[in-house]
Amino acid sequence: MSTANPTLTYNYKVVRQFAIMTVVWGIVGMSLGVLIAAQLVWPSVNLDLPFTHFGRLRPLHTNAVIFGFGGSALFATSYYVVQRTCQARLFSDGLAAATFWGWQLVLISAVITLPQGLTSTKEYAELEWPIDILITLVWVSYAIVFFGTITQRKTPHIYVANWFYGGFILTVAVLHIGNNLALPVSAFKSYSIYSGVTDAMMQWWWGHNAVGFFLTAGFLGMMYYFVPKQAGRPVYSYRLSIVHFWALIATYVWAGAHHLHYSALPDWAQTAGMVMSLILLAPSWGGMINGMMTLSGAWHKLRTDPILRFLVVSLSFYGMSTFEGPMMAIKTVNALSHNTDWTIGHVHSGALGWVAMISIGAIYHLIPKLWGVQAMYSTALINLHFWLATVGTVLYIVAMWVNGIMQGLMWRAVNEDGTLTYSFVEALEASTPGYFVRFLGGAIFLSGMLVMAYNVRMTIRQKDAVALDNSVAQAA
Amino acid sequence: MSTFWSIWVSVIVLGTIFGCWALLMATRKGQKHDQETDRTTGHSFDGIEELDNPLPKWWFHLFVATCVFSLGYLALYPGLGNFQGLLGWSQYNQWEEEMQQADATYGELYAQFGEVPVKELATNEDALKMGQRLFSNNCAVCHGSAARGAIGFPNLADDAWLYGGEPENILYTLNNGRQGAMPAKGLMPNMTAEQVNQVVNYVLSFSGREKDPKAAKAGAQVFAQGCAGCHGQDAKGNQAVGAPNLTDDAWLYGSTYEWIEETVLYGRENRMPKQSERLSSDQIHILAAYVYSLSN
Repeated sequence: MSTANPTLTYNYKVVRQFAIMTVVWGIVGMSLGVLIAAQLVWPSVNLDLPFTHFGRLRPLHTNAVIFGFGGSALFATSYYVVQRTCQARLFSDGLAAATFWGWQLVLISAVITLPQGLTSTKEYAELEWPIDILITLVWVSYAIVFFGTITQRKTPHIYVANWFYGGFILTVAVLHIGNNLALPVSAFKSYSIYSGVTDAMMQWWWGHNAVGFFLTAGFLGMMYYFVPKQAGRPVYSYRLSIVHFWALIATYVWAGAHHLHYSALPDWAQTAGMVMSLILLAPSWGGMINGMMTLSGAWHKLRTDPILRFLVVSLSFYGMSTFEGPMMAIKTVNALSHNTDWTIGHVHSGALGWVAMISIGAIYHLIPKLWGVQAMYSTALINLHFWLATVGTVLYIVAMWVNGIMQGLMWRAVNEDGTLTYSFVEALEASTPGYFVRFLGGAIFLSGMLVMAYNVRMTIRQKDAVALDNSVAQAA
Repeated sequence: MSTFWSIWVSVIVLGTIFGCWALLMATRKGQKHDQETDRTTGHSFDGIEELDNPLPKWWFHLFVATCVFSLGYLALYPGLGNFQGLLGWSQYNQWEEEMQQADATYGELYAQFGEVPVKELATNEDALKMGQRLFSNNCAVCHGSAARGAIGFPNLADDAWLYGGEPENILYTLNNGRQGAMPAKGLMPNMTAEQVNQVVNYVLSFSGREKDPKAAKAGAQVFAQGCAGCHGQDAKGNQAVGAPNLTDDAWLYGSTYEWIEETVLYGRENRMPKQSERLSSDQIHILAAYVYSLSN
């Protein structure tokens, strides 16, 4: 099967560029996260300047980590995986390079515009209309490169990782365009073409699928390549991958309505959002099972391979947050959790535990391959990073769980005469210790990223490290 | 929603659920192995092979269970277009039921004070405790937890009253709300910049803070023409229209030259929402007593 084609080379240049930017944007985005976490403990850290205010830096944090860190990791790995599993070079080197520079331009535009308060105000879609158009152009180029490569594959079938990457690329295109339709009134201001509850529903259709497709389907694609590859084991079940893939993409697009429970959204739409979110549990766990069970027969490798440890722990967090999500989508649970820190904890158990950990594992797998060396400069440092990331994530999530449930209970507590027991400020005051622990967890996670940056730098500065622009395809 | 959309919604909701179910059943039916196996599908991608393992049984049952639960839920609750569900539940019904329940539970507590005159109630400790809690739940967000107000939100703990501080005034305000409006440049739409300066100085002179005594003197005439209609010749205000007394030290919008200039130039709009839609008359009665007690 894996016959080498002596004339075939892979485009590793764009993979390498995106891999490096994954680390860079990871540090940028997480530093911003730690900064705004600090502002919630010590408000004066906002420096009393409009540009460094929580309200302006928070969207920059989310954009930098989702699209900068997560996006770069997805571009890097999808370009790598699609070439290797299709045994075909990228469809167009020029377009691939355009996606790299275009995407960096989008991110730099975010860094410039968001602190100035230029925002469309839609969560995870704050960028104004000229940047949205640029995103669309980059995304269409990405789709052409990706699907073009698949059409040129030498393998009879399309590997499951590519289904997930493909599903993610197509759906994000539809979501991005659908949600960002707006009427521009000036170069940097536009108004959504939707209004009222329709606008809210469009926003959360996008918002939840930024999680479902950008941060889940794409990363499942990553999982399906790097977990079996790093473990040296076959994928556990092809059948399971079929069912969970189709069920996941069919139900995820429905789930957004659970962000609008007990709102002006009609009851039927809330219910549909809730039941689809519940059905989503099994398809999500299908991915976790397929990753975890791929390790059967290779569990002993966890003792010596911290990269594999990253991948496996990411799957554990994925399983945990995809259990938590459907539970929080139930109306009665949501009535307690909505608007509390619990939601933020849930998002970060996915973002730090699942998305970041699997990306970090994949990048540690990639870097040596892209520079033609045996391994990363230091396995001990990868191990250190693993523990920093794990401890940081756990502190973060636990702090937000405690805060969230406490806030939910305080907000609904009533006196004997039916009046509220606590004012909002009292609940906020009680949250401060949790905010400190969250800050600490985030700072620990960030320190792990700095260790990673050092390790990557030392790896590519080794004597025998050569940046491979065009790697000859070899039988694996 | 029209019948078409109702059917459309039902078809795609049920279609998604039954589609998942059908896919699950078909995949399970096609399984060649019941137990875990070493057989692969024969594909290899960059050296990665795929085992032909069956769907894990517990996972299969979990999937079926969530589908069954969802179908049951859709039968009981509104989800399939216009179908309201067998329980007849809606979020509005739920809210109304909860409110009725609250009335049944707490109504009597409040009712015991409903007939007591406000002034008498303002000395009843139990009533005042309740009043304070009602105040922090419903009023403190604008007037502050100590009722001292903020820019644009009157201080309720002092002696200055826009609409009067007698029990009947307070009750009226709570029940019906208030709509305050000062037109830009008062009753003199053509007031010149110089006249604005004069009248601001004149207003400042009531509290001995005029910046330019000459302008303040000239401002008296501007005031008589543009302001006295509401605030009165003596500038002591008019509670019938909610025009503030300008001679005391209570300032709804700030007392400096700049603030007063802004008020004169652009006017002010203000609104206190009526509480009768949110609170029972007994609760409003207790609140009135609490507010009355703050300055008496």
